[in-house]
Amino acid sequence: MSDAEGAQPVRARGLVKRYKEVLAVDHVDLNVQTGDVYGFLGPNGAGKTTTLRMALGLIVPTQGAVELFGRDPMREGTRALEGVAGFVDATRFYPYMTGRKNLELLAALDGDGAAQRIDEVLEIVELAPRAKHKVGGYSHGMRQRLGIAAALLRRPRLLILDEPATGLDPAGMRDMRLLIRRLADEGITVLLSSHQLPEVQELCDRVAIVDKGRVVYEGALDSLRRQGGAQYRLHTTDDTLALPVLKTQQGIENVLAGEHGLSFQADEHHVAELSLALAQAGIGILALTPELATLEDLFFRLTEENGAARSASGDSGSPIEDALPVNPVGAAISGVAAVGRELGQERR
Amino acid sequence: MSSVATAPAAAGSIAGVRTRRPSTLTAYRWELRKLIAQKRTYLGLGLGVILPIIFVVVQNVHTRHGHGGDSIFAAQITQSGLATPVLMLLFESVFFLPLIASLVAGDIVATEDGNGTLKTILTRSVERGQLFAAKTLAALTYAVVAVYLATLVATVGGIASWGFNSIKTFSGSTVSASEGLALVIAANACYLIPLFAVACIAVLLSTTTRNSIAGVGGAIGIVILLYIVAGIPGLEGIKPYLLTEQFENWHGLLRTPTDWAPIWHSLWVCALYAVPSLIAGYLVFLRRDVAGG
Repeated sequence: MSDAEGAQPVRARGLVKRYKEVLAVDHVDLNVQTGDVYGFLGPNGAGKTTTLRMALGLIVPTQGAVELFGRDPMREGTRALEGVAGFVDATRFYPYMTGRKNLELLAALDGDGAAQRIDEVLEIVELAPRAKHKVGGYSHGMRQRLGIAAALLRRPRLLILDEPATGLDPAGMRDMRLLIRRLADEGITVLLSSHQLPEVQELCDRVAIVDKGRVVYEGALDSLRRQGGAQYRLHTTDDTLALPVLKTQQGIENVLAGEHGLSFQADEHHVAELSLALAQAGIGILALTPELATLEDLFFRLTEENGAARSASGDSGSPIEDALPVNPVGAAISGVAAVGRELGQERR
Repeated sequence: MSSVATAPAAAGSIAGVRTRRPSTLTAYRWELRKLIAQKRTYLGLGLGVILPIIFVVVQNVHTRHGHGGDSIFAAQITQSGLATPVLMLLFESVFFLPLIASLVAGDIVATEDGNGTLKTILTRSVERGQLFAAKTLAALTYAVVAVYLATLVATVGGIASWGFNSIKTFSGSTVSASEGLALVIAANACYLIPLFAVACIAVLLSTTTRNSIAGVGGAIGIVILLYIVAGIPGLEGIKPYLLTEQFENWHGLLRTPTDWAPIWHSLWVCALYAVPSLIAGYLVFLRRDVAGG
């Protein structure tokens, strides 16, 4: 089959990977469309990297299939990777060779004139001055940038990046985000695996959330954030007095007090009732601002609810769980909560 | 990072128009370059060089005190420098050269798996089968280099110490110095037949175990095991079919007239060890999960 121009960059159907008793990936479906910056979210161990390895033909699915631009790496080998580049886990190079030599090697294994693009890609990732140094002496950030350079050698239409900002300092993370954004603006479809929520929120327009091997949400990021409910920020003349009013008011949920005032979730009807209740309590409203919940907010807010729900139901969180939930919103909440737990653990 | 306005990637580039894919020869060349760039490559070669040097030095001291040797070549050590490479081959062929060949062959797949670089190169445009072929060829090339480097050092050392003179073969007939040199080169070529079989076993173990120590140690362990089997009374019937027995196949070249029988015999016996190993290694490499590193 010739390359199917216009075919979906990534289409996974019923991907399963089982390692003896452990179900690492459980019937995962993915739909990455041309032009997407697609976030693949989930806590460590959720099955993200295993899924990406199957996508790149590095490991054999126990069941199901994945197609890149209509080609299955299991059937067509590296021909299915034409127009596809990236890395899974971390970037790995030969430490005893220079950065340039590593790129020369990879370009030789790419063919198609990739060697002529080495200088160009080194400039793009700003590694040209260190190109003649051995990779063994590179920092983590430099290796990640070399990984991007190696990917760009292939003139990708689809870039698969697994945790590209992990281990980078804040400046490195910012640079990486900028680079990915610019590549996306150039027209490259990006499949970005991450558990760093700000990164996903800033870069991605569509996401899939995977938890314990299952995709529990796939769709637009905005849609997911709307599903979390309307979020409001409130500044009053006396936040200390206002807090118990909010907590006792019907329809006002997830009340949080912070340095920047109060926040809560409610629909418009209950917000109107709240403003009356505050006035009756003699509390003036200085500002009441609706805002779309951030991805991180969703994670944290839903974590506690979901954790409580899991405890109440005695859910042990076995990797082998039910099939895809019927209620997509409930499924999303479940998955988001799991990511939130993971993030919470990392912060601690 | 700089702007990617001139990034090589573009939405309009069509992957389907790619025509020039890398050849196995390209992958093989890069496998050799990787070997050349690694310090550990020179460990085995260093062993192959140092042993003949030690041998020549010791023999120089030893023969001044009037000690002779038991074999026909040991007896000629001071008469012809060509006796040295033959004696070295007799000595190194038993264990050291199989060890040196295994050092690279047993490591060549496993080390890349362990370091995670295997997944880096498997996501390029080269097929798995091509990579396996390139790695196997590189391991065999290393064996050739190790054997001939050791022979070169032994020959130069021997000739420098005792001259480029005619030499007697196992049969006792004398051949000229140039003919003797040609026989030394040919004898090493014959020895490569069983050595390649050892390397193929090491490549298989390197591929299946994903562990360099298991790859190298396993191959050497098999060699030692076959020596033990050869020494067990009552198993004389299987002795001609043991890989270790083929390490002496080159002796036939140093007889007059030339005895080709052990060479032809070793060809098919070694194929019995090498070919299944390569097929098994290839099939495992083709379908294996690459998740290391």
